[in-house]
Amino acid sequence: MPDPTQPAIAFENVTKSFDRAGGSAVADVSLAIRRGEFLSIVGGSGAGKTTLLRLAARLIAPDRGTVRIDGADVRALDPVAMRRTIGIVFQSGALFPHMSVADNIGITPRLAGVRAAEVTARIDRLIELVRLDGRRHRARFPHELSGGERQRVAVGRALANTPSIVLMDEPFGALDPLTRDALSEDYVALHRGLELTTVMITHDITEALLLSDRIAVMQAGRLAAAGTPAELAGSVDPYVAELFGTPLRQIARLAALLPGATPGVQR
Amino acid sequence: MTLDPRLGEALQLLPDYLGSHLRVSLTALALGAAISFPLALAARRRPLARAILLGVASVVQTVPGLALLALFYPLLLFASALAMRTAGVSFSAFGFLPAVLALALYSMLPVLRNTITGLDGIDPQLIEAARGVGMTRRQRLTMVELPLALPVIMAGLRTAAVWVIGTATLSTPIGQTSLGNYIFSGLQTQNWVFVLFGCAAAAILALVVDGLLALIAHGLRRHSRARLLLGACGCLALITVVLAPALPRPHGGYVVGAKTFTEQYVLAALLADRIEAGGHGVTLREGLGSSVIFAALRAGDVDVYVDYSGTLWTNTFHHREIPERAALIAALKDELKAAGVTLGGELGFENAYALAMPRQRADALGIRSIADLARHPGLTIAGDYEFFARPEWAALRDAYGLAFRSLRQMQPDFMYAAAAAGEVDVIAGYSSDGQIAQYDLVTLDDPRAAIPPYDAVVLLSPRRAGDQALRAALAPLNGRIDIETMREANLRAARGDADSSPGAVARWLWGRVREKAAARQ
Ligand SMILES: Nc1ncnc2c1ncn2[C@@H]1O[C@H](COP(=O)(O)OP(=O)(O)O)[C@@H](O)[C@H]1O
Ligand SMILES: [Mg+2]
Repeated sequence: MPDPTQPAIAFENVTKSFDRAGGSAVADVSLAIRRGEFLSIVGGSGAGKTTLLRLAARLIAPDRGTVRIDGADVRALDPVAMRRTIGIVFQSGALFPHMSVADNIGITPRLAGVRAAEVTARIDRLIELVRLDGRRHRARFPHELSGGERQRVAVGRALANTPSIVLMDEPFGALDPLTRDALSEDYVALHRGLELTTVMITHDITEALLLSDRIAVMQAGRLAAAGTPAELAGSVDPYVAELFGTPLRQIARLAALLPGATPGVQR
Repeated sequence: MTLDPRLGEALQLLPDYLGSHLRVSLTALALGAAISFPLALAARRRPLARAILLGVASVVQTVPGLALLALFYPLLLFASALAMRTAGVSFSAFGFLPAVLALALYSMLPVLRNTITGLDGIDPQLIEAARGVGMTRRQRLTMVELPLALPVIMAGLRTAAVWVIGTATLSTPIGQTSLGNYIFSGLQTQNWVFVLFGCAAAAILALVVDGLLALIAHGLRRHSRARLLLGACGCLALITVVLAPALPRPHGGYVVGAKTFTEQYVLAALLADRIEAGGHGVTLREGLGSSVIFAALRAGDVDVYVDYSGTLWTNTFHHREIPERAALIAALKDELKAAGVTLGGELGFENAYALAMPRQRADALGIRSIADLARHPGLTIAGDYEFFARPEWAALRDAYGLAFRSLRQMQPDFMYAAAAAGEVDVIAGYSSDGQIAQYDLVTLDDPRAAIPPYDAVVLLSPRRAGDQALRAALAPLNGRIDIETMREANLRAARGDADSSPGAVARWLWGRVREKAAARQ
């Protein structure tokens, strides 16, 4: 059992660069993510968000600094075993195209050595949990699903081996707004119900504001700011203010444009 | 309507030829894939190894199939001798083994290239996902990379299968029975039914195997059990056919060899008939390269065949001086004995190289002998594929100081017509070929005896040296085939009609031999 006083994930002065000439993809980042927290990472394209997530799952190793999972330095852990305890939802899903929905979801417990009968039971439960139709979708292949259904399967695959930590890279980015809303609300419910620690990359500030306990802002590899939505919305840092001002300004403009259509603007 | 007897004969040979063809092709394909697949996996992340591997495989691919197959025979002969000397074991360098090895090598490029390309082409996001869900390297390979690369790998295997099945038709000259036997013997004896039959059979076989592999690939990609099963069953059926003991295989007995020209096919059929009439089993190994066949006889892969004294004297034993006829045979017997080979008898005719030209042209130019040719340096000459590389040609050229405007190589059966049509002035034909008379050509005298005598002699392998049953079966042929008879036999065999198959001509020849024997009594 992990030490409950330790953060679920901790970055300590982590630096990573891919080429010596260019700058660092991630530069001297320190950030602790509490157990049970829902943390969003926002920031421009190329800011180092994905790199940070890959460092957490030890898909890559840092050049300097330490990454800890439940207090343990990931360098001391077996990477394969460690990844099996973490759920990852990749950008655009990355479902295995040659496996059915059931096999995609079942892959994580199967790899962890869970018995076949138990794997089947979990597949059934997760299909239900991510609100897919077991009878219709179970045997389908990824190319036979809609974008939203694919992302539901990706979430199912990440959760199937009962992880305590889930890492998500723009999980709902490519979906239409309605599907995205439904899916993200479903996910937050799962996050609470399963007592997960979630780190989600998103480029949708509104989504970050609405879902997160805390938000980390990345800029050119550095951690520009981190705080609760309220803290960041009131930030005086010009970049952060610009970033979080945008949705608020949009809402104000919408309210002016369509009076009466936006009843709940006040926060 | 009656069936062309040649078609009937072709159909009769089909189980043996097709079975052998499948056996050698599938074995080569399996071996090639078994080698190249792991090689591709090992080399794909090592740029240098990968470049070398693909480079070598590409170079192998550019070697013509016939040459590649032919190269493996001496190579294996050498390896076999080495194994005998060092480990006391020997294996046959003839037929199946060299064919399988050469074809396996031939099949490697498409499997290598497609395996590497297929694995390279996988979306890197999926590789990352495979690592992310906690797969080990091996699990990543077997659960994600290979299944995803499978369509491309299967496409490579299909290409390899088609290549191997096609190229296997060229394994006939190194002693592997295949559908190429139809093609080689058909080309030599102008039996177009055989040629077409062989080509069609090889093409259909290639299409069937390709189709089965396609079915499997399709089944795998579309997750269709039915297709997968159907394809797998088809392949299994082929493999069972190949391994089924019921299939007529080379059934022991005596192995009769033949080189790659008409007379050889006829004589091999004649020897085979005689041996069978003596109540023994026979296997024919036709269309063998002339350098392969003698080595195969010494190694015991061929038991008996007909060669020519002058060929053995100059080409096999590398003599330059030419004794007269009887002395040459006597000296040759000793040479052969030293090589472990027995000269079983002389058939009675000579099939010499003879320079020939159209009668009218020779008269017009005043050419009677080869010596006269030296006075006309502007002429062209044609010979078979090996003549100009043989010592006889060098001897002839040096003895008479011959100079020609050009030397052309030709399919022997077409030379005579080419000379008659004036396409070439002189040909190096065969004295026993009936086409010399047919096209009204004259053979030029050889006053300086630069061309050796070429008595047709029956050679026996070391193992058959003391085989009285074999000698008894062949004894009636000794000295009984004169040059006129052989010429007519060759002419019949080149006629390209229903009665011109080597078997039919051999039966006719045997009839003449018996008439002559009866007349003498
Ligand atoms: N595998 C890689 N090789 C080289 N450079 C990379 C690699 N991955 C990311 N980078 C670089 O690192 C920087 C941060 O990338 P990334 O973390 O993907 O940004 P984000 O996810 O915020 O858009 C970018 O400049 C990107 O070009
Ligand atoms: Mg990214």
